[in-house]
Amino acid sequence: MGDPVRARVLIRPKAGILDPQGQTVERALPALGFAGVSNVHVGRLVELDVEDPSLLPAMCEALLANPLIEDYEIVE
Amino acid sequence: MRFGVVTFPGSCDDADARLACSLVGDVVQLWHADRDLKGVDAVVIPGGFSYGDHLRVGAIARFAPVMMEIDTYARVGGPVLGICNGFQVLCEAGLLPGALLPNASLRFAMRQTAVQVQTTDCAWTRGCDMGEVLSIPAKHFAGRYYASQPVLDEMEERGQVALRYVADPVPNGSLDGIAGVCNAFGNVLGLMPHPEHAVDDLCGGADGLRLFRSATMVPSL
Repeated sequence: MGDPVRARVLIRPKAGILDPQGQTVERALPALGFAGVSNVHVGRLVELDVEDPSLLPAMCEALLANPLIEDYEIVE
Repeated sequence: MRFGVVTFPGSCDDADARLACSLVGDVVQLWHADRDLKGVDAVVIPGGFSYGDHLRVGAIARFAPVMMEIDTYARVGGPVLGICNGFQVLCEAGLLPGALLPNASLRFAMRQTAVQVQTTDCAWTRGCDMGEVLSIPAKHFAGRYYASQPVLDEMEERGQVALRYVADPVPNGSLDGIAGVCNAFGNVLGLMPHPEHAVDDLCGGADGLRLFRSATMVPSL
């Protein structure tokens, strides 16, 4: 194992699944005077130091994301 | 008939679940770190906020030692009931299809719900009448049932949608008004409303007992 690598996992609601958080933010922005915003989605970010980045997809499938409802993107 | 009621760190409805079980049988407490099920005849995973709902509701409880035992027990046909957070845990554990998302309103929903029995071919509804409407309270933030359309179609075909909200709109935005789901064999049931809070007429009704009593009945052939 080498030195730990800083990795980020972006997790977002799957396309097509109702995202009330995204909708709420999208409605709030114009109310504050920010026009021209659409397709807002709210997900979460997991940051981790990992010695073997090849394990990241398995970690995402097993715990970090629920693949039934969420997509994940690994950024090393 | 001996029920085992699981207590995770953050469970808060385990005491009422034990009370409900005690009205129809014997009951023991199962601790999250237990590595055996103490010979119980049925398992109840109660409501609450196991492990603080960290990451996703039910996501961490799935890895508790007692869940490894429950997984094996459920897969060989042992009766398992998941209520609210217990339902979320069973979905995360893959013992039930689908997942539970935050309510469409993003508000905590707390109200008496009317749910209709959609199948009696399930260990926890076999004592109910088909189409019977049960009055049971619900209280949750993440009760919006979701499964992909192919999975929903398969569930309908197999009679796995066990309970449906009668009210329109449904309290949480669940797809197809789904309030409770069972597995293909009918031994595992998960539901968002709380039958353990509806076990005494003095406290607003005893419809919830129908589910606990069902588990004590021998299946009819």
